[in-house]
Parts: sequence; C-alpha cells; structure tokens
Amino acid sequence: MAGLSDLYQEILLEHNNKPRNFKSVEDANQTAEGYNPLCGDQITLSLKVIDGLIDDVGFQGSGCAISRASASMMTQSIKGRSVEQAQHIFDAFHHMITEPEGEIDSDILGDLETLSGVNAYPTRIKCAILAWHTMKAALNGDIQVTTE
Amino acid sequence: MTFDLNSVRDDFPILKRQVNGNPLVYLDNGATSQKPQSVIDAIVEYYATTNSNVHRGVHTLSQQATDGYEGARSKVRKFINASKDGEIIFTRNTTEGVNLVAHSYGRQNIGPGDDIIVSNMEHHSNIVPWQMLCEESGANLKVVPIDDSGELVMDEYQEMLSSRTKLVSITHVSNALGTILPAKQIVDMAHSYGAPVLLDGAQAVPHMPVDMQELDCDFYVFSGHKLYGPTGIGILYGKEDYLNSMPPFLGGGDMIKSVTFEKTIYNDLPYKFEGGTPDIAGAIGLGAVIDYVSGLGFDQITAHEEELLHYGTEALESIAGVQIIGTATDKAGILSFVMDAAHPHDIGTILDEQGIAIRTGHHCAQPVMQRFQIPATARASLAFYNTKEDIDALVKGIDRVIEVFS
Repeated sequence: MAGLSDLYQEILLEHNNKPRNFKSVEDANQTAEGYNPLCGDQITLSLKVIDGLIDDVGFQGSGCAISRASASMMTQSIKGRSVEQAQHIFDAFHHMITEPEGEIDSDILGDLETLSGVNAYPTRIKCAILAWHTMKAALNGDIQVTTE
Repeated sequence: MTFDLNSVRDDFPILKRQVNGNPLVYLDNGATSQKPQSVIDAIVEYYATTNSNVHRGVHTLSQQATDGYEGARSKVRKFINASKDGEIIFTRNTTEGVNLVAHSYGRQNIGPGDDIIVSNMEHHSNIVPWQMLCEESGANLKVVPIDDSGELVMDEYQEMLSSRTKLVSITHVSNALGTILPAKQIVDMAHSYGAPVLLDGAQAVPHMPVDMQELDCDFYVFSGHKLYGPTGIGILYGKEDYLNSMPPFLGGGDMIKSVTFEKTIYNDLPYKFEGGTPDIAGAIGLGAVIDYVSGLGFDQITAHEEELLHYGTEALESIAGVQIIGTATDKAGILSFVMDAAHPHDIGTILDEQGIAIRTGHHCAQPVMQRFQIPATARASLAFYNTKEDIDALVKGIDRVIEVFS
C-alpha cells in the first residue's frame, strides 16, 4: 500500500501552497459549483470557452490539500486544450484515481500522475475528483455538482 | 469500585487492536464510542439463548425476551431519573427521537406564526426536522446565537421567548464545540412562557449524570451507541402528560390495543410509540451498558475526562499554528481544532496513518462552521477509557502533520 509520502508528494504540496489559476475568470461563459457535502469542500470553476477551445480557466473555493492541488493541476492541464481533449484527460484521470490496478496514461496525464497515490485512500478519492466533476458539469452546462 | 484505567481499558476489546501498524488511539467518541465486553456478551447471550419476539408469545422465550426488554427500559428510567417506565420510549437513535416529537407533538400543536427556537450549535438532526415542520405548518424557526467561545447568548434567548414560542429544542452538549449548555436555566426560561423544551442529550449522557426531575425538561433524546452501547437503539424521554396527549408516530403492530376497519384503539404508553418489532437485542445491550457505566460511576468518569480535557487543551494550545474552536468555560471532552498548516482532512489522513482516529469535517453542524467562518475542524473527542498517552500520541501526530506540510 502506498504510504503518506506517496500521497503528499512535493509537487502536490507545492500546488496546495501556490495554486495555479486561483481566480475567477472575468468573462467566463461556463461556470459551475462543486460541493462535497461530506466534508464541506467547495469549488467554483469558471471557464472561457471559444470555438470549442478552453481559452481560460480559474477556480476558487476551499478544501483540503488534495482537492486544491488536484484543481490547480487540472486547470493547468486543460488550459489551451479543446473541450474534447479535456474530456480525454478527465477519463484518464478518473481511471487512474478509481482503478488502483489499472494502467496509467502518463502521456495524457503528465504531472497529474503524482495524484495517483490517492487511489490507496478511498476516503480521499472524492477530494481529488471534485474539481474534475465540476469541470465536466461546467462544460455540460450544469450549474451544480456534488460528490458524495 | 475504584477507577483503574488499565482494567477499564481491558473491558474494551477493540482497544487492543492495531491500525496501520500502530496501537489504536481512539479519539472519535463523539461520533460513536466503543463497547465493553459485557455489552457484546449481553447481545450474544440474548441471541444465543433467548431470542424471541416481545409482548406476544405465551411461551417461555417470549416471556424472557420481554423481561429483558422491559428490564432495560427500567434501567434507563433509573439512569436518567424519570418518574415512570412509560415515559421511556425506545427509538433507533437521537435523530428518530427528535423526528418523533416534530411529527407527533409538532404537527398537533404548532401552526402558522408560532415560533420554534433552536440554537446556532445544533447538530443537523436538531435543525432539519424543525425546518421541515416549519415549512409544513407555517411556523418560524428562531436561532439563538453563540459567542466566540461557543457559549449560548442567553440575553438573545430571553429576547426571543414570547407567547408565540411553542417549542424550544436545544442541545445539552454541543457535538462540534463541547460546550455544556445551562440546560436547567434554558428549561425554566421557556417554561415561564409555557413552552415545552426538548433537550438533545446525545453528547451529554455518555459524560455526565442527567436527571429528568432536576432538569424538568419535557423531552430528552439520546442514542445508545454514543453511550458505549449498541447502534440502532436510542431513547426518547417525554413527560407522561405530553406523551399521552400526542398522536402515535409509526402505525403498526404492538402500538395498538385493538384493530377493526371501523376503529383502532391505540396502546398505552410507552407502546403507543413503539410500532413494529423493536430492537430487542439493542435494548438489552443498552441495559447492559447502563449497568457498566453505573458500576464505574459518573463521579469517576467525569473527573477523569475533565483531567484529560485539561491536559489535552494545554497540549494543543502549546503547539504553534493550532487553534482550538470552542473554548466555553463549561465544556465536555471535545477538542475541536484547526491548523494553519493543513486542512482538517489532511490532518485526519496523516493521524490515521499513525493509528489515531479522529473526526474531520463539519460534524453535521454546518451552521457552527459558518459561525466561526471555517470550512471544517479536526475533532478529538474523549471517553473515560482514553489516557494521557492518547493525548501525547495526538500531539505527536500533529507534529507529523506540521512536518509533512512544512
């Protein structure tokens, strides 16, 4: 089983301390709010999508290190990508987090692979996945999403 | 009986287990507490030798099961010093007790323009049933504020009371903050306006003696599982006059005297409120734990827990970057805290790695979190079987959190 050092890797702690794209995108055209009622983690995600391309993305809210780092790394990975590519990254990330025995698509995930340690902590999977479900909801035009 | 901590701990088999390679340090007693062997034995013994349905069979087993079940009721009555066994209703848990009163008493007596008063430090189970009732009846929910230490603002409570007040439903001990509320004073003030009072005793009963005659509350609810007893069994105490005037909650078997399609006659107290086959083993387990706790005695339990709370408070206060939430003068064994370095969830995971069980999150008391403008806390909650070594382990665990996040 993965230990604490696999979970709280340096890069995760760094994103927690200095989250990227921690902002509200002013001229956003797609936003959604994600909420984990179990622990109170809350995230607001705003995206500016132009012609199927994610031009800008930002998140705000409060949560644990894992949810914050996951959101920060997600915004980095989808910014400048197409909506379709973002969907592929979502699928690869979801697979990595929820299928401990599954293969990890390193090419697509890049730095996000450092979050793979979460799959050894079932109670923390919801923390890591919250931003991602919120992103999916925003792109689908849903306003609210909860993970429970 | 003297309070020998080692022998007390020996009574709880789970305390011997290891978690993640470390001895279990169980500090999540506010969520549920551990069970002594005598309770586990009582439940096993019941199923192995006596299992039968209550109140109906003429055969020996049914009579013995009924004796065990009703015997447990009498133990509860003595434990909380109620006047009559009929005032002791078995429920599933505290939540069901609150809902029973909301449905039965509330629907009958509370209407448009009436006020129901709760506090800002209620568990969701003492908020949501009243919100549902307010929505249905047109009554208003009034919320007594709390101050920065987590104490009820009594002047505001006094201001809120009026002839429109039809029920006051307030916690006896706060699950998120540990505050012990001035229950007797709350009851007396409401009574001067003719309003009945329900006290949520879920966090009080495991830690201090409660006396229905002294408190003079009209309803008192608690759960067996926080009192070192089994899950699935709880208690609603109600004054006989109120319970008699209230309609039944769940219709079914055991709560009736006779049924025809023209007219059904309800049973007497307490059976009127106990529709269906109850949790017989749970009640017997609850009776067993009352014997156990009474054997230890609250003088010793309270003294030990107060010492631990004092020790733990000093220990946490001495760590830079740790802030205790809930600093009322009168407090039960709850240490809710936040850290500059880490979110409560991360604290919980890192402590678990060292075998330390605490609760993290909003503790089903989101309005308390909103009041203190925090998303969540980490909460260590004590029981009489905890030791100073448990607190030392917690402190060491917090040091590890700081190390990981430095």
